[in-house]
Amino acid sequence: MRGFVFSVLSRLGKAFLVVLSVVVVNFFLIRLAPGDPAMVLAGDAGSGDAAYVAHLRDSLGLSRPLSEQFFVYLRNLLHLDFGYSYRSQEAVLTLVLERLPATLLLMAAAFVVSLLGGVAAGLVAAYGETRASRWQHWISRGISAGSLLVYATPLFWLSLMLLIVFSVVLGWLPSFGMETVSAGYTGWRHLADVAAHLTLPALSLGMIYGTVYVQLTRAAVLDVIGLDFVKTARAKGVPEHRVLFVHVLRNALLSVISFGGIQLGQLAGGALITETVFAWPGLGSLMFDSLLQRDYPVLLGILTVVSALVVAFNVLTDLLYRLADPRIAAGVTA
Amino acid sequence: MSTALPADTLPREFADALDAEPNSPQRRRFIAAAAAALALEYARPIMAAANPTPDAAALPPRRGGTLLLIAQPEPPSLINALTPHVASQYVGGKIFQGLLTFDTNLKPVPVLASSWTASPDGLHYVFTLQKDVRWHDGQPFDAQDVVFTLNEIAPQALPRMKLTVDRYFESITANSAGQVEIRLKKPYGGLFDLLGSGLLPILPRHLYAGKDPRSNPANQHPIGTGPFVFKEWKHGAYIRLERNPSYWKKDLPYLDGIVFNILPDASSRAIAFEQNTVHALRAGDVDYADVKRLSKLPGVSYTTSGWELFSGMAFLELNQRKPPFDNALVRQAVLHALNRQFIVDNIFFGYGKVATSSFISTTPFYDPNTPQFPYDPDRARALIRQSGVDVGKTTLTLINGEKGGAWERVAEYTQQALSQVGFKIRVETTDAASWYSHVANWDFDLSYNFLFQNADPEFGVAPLYRADGISKGSPFNNAEGYDNPKVDALWDAAAQTTDTSRRKQIYAQIQTQLANDAAIANIFEMVNPTLYRSNVHNLLRTATSLNDSLETTWIG
Repeated sequence: MRGFVFSVLSRLGKAFLVVLSVVVVNFFLIRLAPGDPAMVLAGDAGSGDAAYVAHLRDSLGLSRPLSEQFFVYLRNLLHLDFGYSYRSQEAVLTLVLERLPATLLLMAAAFVVSLLGGVAAGLVAAYGETRASRWQHWISRGISAGSLLVYATPLFWLSLMLLIVFSVVLGWLPSFGMETVSAGYTGWRHLADVAAHLTLPALSLGMIYGTVYVQLTRAAVLDVIGLDFVKTARAKGVPEHRVLFVHVLRNALLSVISFGGIQLGQLAGGALITETVFAWPGLGSLMFDSLLQRDYPVLLGILTVVSALVVAFNVLTDLLYRLADPRIAAGVTA
Repeated sequence: MSTALPADTLPREFADALDAEPNSPQRRRFIAAAAAALALEYARPIMAAANPTPDAAALPPRRGGTLLLIAQPEPPSLINALTPHVASQYVGGKIFQGLLTFDTNLKPVPVLASSWTASPDGLHYVFTLQKDVRWHDGQPFDAQDVVFTLNEIAPQALPRMKLTVDRYFESITANSAGQVEIRLKKPYGGLFDLLGSGLLPILPRHLYAGKDPRSNPANQHPIGTGPFVFKEWKHGAYIRLERNPSYWKKDLPYLDGIVFNILPDASSRAIAFEQNTVHALRAGDVDYADVKRLSKLPGVSYTTSGWELFSGMAFLELNQRKPPFDNALVRQAVLHALNRQFIVDNIFFGYGKVATSSFISTTPFYDPNTPQFPYDPDRARALIRQSGVDVGKTTLTLINGEKGGAWERVAEYTQQALSQVGFKIRVETTDAASWYSHVANWDFDLSYNFLFQNADPEFGVAPLYRADGISKGSPFNNAEGYDNPKVDALWDAAAQTTDTSRRKQIYAQIQTQLANDAAIANIFEMVNPTLYRSNVHNLLRTATSLNDSLETTWIG
């Protein structure tokens, strides 16, 4: 138990350092991009006056030395003060927290779609490959080929196609936003409305990332299914579904869990595109706008929060490893 | 050119809409356009059933309904008096009101000012205010609100307003609760444009006096005098306004409310319109390629009117600070080398008209006798020979601020056309912020841009050519470095003249001189299409496009 606590604390310490490094690197990296926020704001205000740009730079703190800007930012960050948006003058933390739930909801839904769909399809594909029947072989190959096809499809295009089929042609699902604003739904109807709006974004994002799970699960199951302990289980008369789900799948899941941790970071990136297509009011669209506007505080705030989330998910993945494979926990405590 | 906000004032729906995707790869644009085309094709029968086209003129206004619009980009703030951004004017224009506006014939019409008088010397104006106007919080509106906004808010919020105030304004005072008096140091022809273009909505003095306007908590819940009150803003999703039940104009507005959906992607906007989940698309909301097809759908109306105050001129800036464009003959050669009709027809799908002056042909001071430089590559080569300049000596950089869209195609065409007469051009495509930086710091040889010319050239044209507009810091002033003291004197003379026929003469002289100097290569006048559902009426009733208050708009 002591070892476990030490391990968790050690992981949290490392996670803090990783997030801090991300903040430092991003702070300077963002400023390397050409373009000046004061100039963008002055342009928006229709100013051709150099004095106005200088005034804006002063008021935004951009005329101070970069090192000073950095230490002020870091000091404020330690007090959870992410600063104010250059563009809207609103607190960055307010803006980010306002958008974060929508992004987390989309990521979670897409994660579930990709994980459940991908693992199930991968399992079916692998199982079919080990069976004698021809149609099971065809299903297996169809799943493999289909997943490769979806994987090679640009997310943006897939999103638009889903939009056209399910929203425009069939009219089953709404095409944009998170809710039907003018309907004024409450309670369960509101939840159902949000779920309907969530379906297409989650499906498109989940399908793309689910394809990796298909391939991973298929390969891992094929590796495990021929091992001696599986043969032993079958020889002992363990029912086939139990062999498959308890013995084979659990042992095959390690690589899937590893990828899951990494994938959450990728999902955040994919969410940016999906949110744009479906006008999902999450961090992605805020990040995109901030990038174009060179709204440094908002960009840094989003990157910091997202990196903290990714690191947190990775820590969580490490812990899940222990549950999936007791040998790891045993190794730590030894 | 993604972000072209005009030098003073200037709404620029096109640029802002394009801002949303300057980084999109060309392939993505192609795929998006193809997908949208498919979507539209598939959806046609659905729309036909859903949208009967009534005879608008024959129907009496119907009350109720929520108008569904698109706000793109999302406004930085709804207080358009503090944020002179077109997106803020678009939404804020329903909440806040100015003293006057312009009808589609560019005649000033009353809003918060019921009438006005001007002295013969053009130095003294008196505005009488509407009676019984109340702010959305129930407080009475009066002349002190106007004086406070013009004296204290506008010079802070509008950078050029401060210059204008310093140069022209003597005093702005309240004669009584219902009357405001403006005294000028010298005649100022742009006064009514300033007051009526939507840039100077009046703010409630009781909420803003003595407080920092930018950090004022009142900004989170805008209080105006307009026909719609602010209800909710879910960032990244929508902005919701509701009918003002105590609006000072009896029985208006007709609509129960307006929802501005925030849709960042152009293809998604096209699909939303196709699905009838939004009622209107403004210029720039969708690609030019989509406009024509969408306009032919059943139940869809199409117009190019309503944008009279924001007539856009697309132009090519040639940096005159260094060779080869420091030579006027070379600049004229550029105009002869470009087939501007080709650009309008093939890149902008016919939504434009080849420029024939530095002034847009629909504005009151346009001179049809301005010298012309039509497409003639041989003439271009002859002018280059005559100039004695080796235009192919160095590779010139054309800075392009939008990737994948029409402006990138124009840049590519320009590269090819100019190479035919001997130039060596390299196109450098950046995002909007980088483009700002390059042009504002004069780090370019050629750059496309566009500005919306207000009715008065003092606002929308002069800053591009006047020598006092040569300063680093903004791409929307005299970035090309044109400096002609004779023309500057003419600009001054025109601004200080209130006699329209005299102004017209002076502006004609200016147009001739600018054309002969080829100060800027004016390419084409932009046409701004608006698409809307045919059951929506009175959508575009002023010259301020959908920035209008929409108080008389109704859904049939």
